[in-house]
Amino acid sequence: MAIFYILLLFMIIAAFIAVETKYLLGAVICVGAIGFGASIMFLFLQAPDIAITQIVVEVLALIILIRACISRELTFISGPREFFGVVVSVVIIFVIFLAGIKILETLPDFGTAIFAEVPNAASQTYIKEGLVKTGAANLVASVILDFRAYDTLGEATVLFTAIIGATVILRKKTKKLLEEAE
Amino acid sequence: MKGMTIIVKTISSWVKVLIFLFGIYIVLFGHLTPGGGFSGGVILASCYVLLMLAYGREFAEKNLSLPVASKLDCVGALLFAAIALCGLLYGAAGFFWNFIQWEYLADKETALHLVSAGTIPLSNIAIGLKVGASLFLVVLVLSIFRPDMSVLDTDEKE
Repeated sequence: MAIFYILLLFMIIAAFIAVETKYLLGAVICVGAIGFGASIMFLFLQAPDIAITQIVVEVLALIILIRACISRELTFISGPREFFGVVVSVVIIFVIFLAGIKILETLPDFGTAIFAEVPNAASQTYIKEGLVKTGAANLVASVILDFRAYDTLGEATVLFTAIIGATVILRKKTKKLLEEAE
Repeated sequence: MKGMTIIVKTISSWVKVLIFLFGIYIVLFGHLTPGGGFSGGVILASCYVLLMLAYGREFAEKNLSLPVASKLDCVGALLFAAIALCGLLYGAAGFFWNFIQWEYLADKETALHLVSAGTIPLSNIAIGLKVGASLFLVVLVLSIFRPDMSVLDTDEKE
């Protein structure tokens, strides 16, 4: 349980730094740190699919945001600092590559369901007790609206926010239309 | 004459009812057959988008205007949140607790019936409202923003 509090503290500190720092790039990297902390948290809560989604979204958002920041404040490094940076990046990529090879070896064969390998996987509970616990014959509905309803709430919020963004950006025409309708 | 040709208009005026009915079926039977709030809502929205494409934006707006659509969107979102909050208020089990299933339906044989699964059909209806209204809103707002819509309409007159 202690790892949750350490992760939570890490994410809160990163959030404070992201708000308070003067450098745009630093703020973006801190936001990325919050996202990766959240993905590790999902992993410990036995929700690997959401953790994977979180990592993918975080990487995409981070790349776009860093690209947007670099055009604004471009800083060049040269000499020994550049060499040090290159060495560190290559070492990190190599370590992640080795870890990836190790992880790929532990994966089950293609076509084997993960709940056949892991004895107390969450999906096994859904399949066995989905009808009894929720009463829904459609297992997908019982998962997205009962077992994983928080996920659906988040998706609905994302959709709602997207609509708000679209209507706010296209506001001038929308306002005219609203006046006509009233 | 706005919109597309008379062939498209006639066909879409026949088909729109069937599409709407199919969307309602997908939303209502989401807990029994494949489907649910998201897919049903998309079908409901596509019915109005078809009307918009065939008859022009003004006709679709007469059926479902922008203020009404945004209110439906908010009603769906609030309904879904209210169902979740009811679980919190009803018992100690917490947010998103399926309280109808466990309080009223647990000891009855309701599997594969339309009235079963507690809050899941209600959540499906809320999400269907929300998704349908918001997808229609996206298309409507983008078509309002499109500046050369009037050029297309004048071409049709000639």
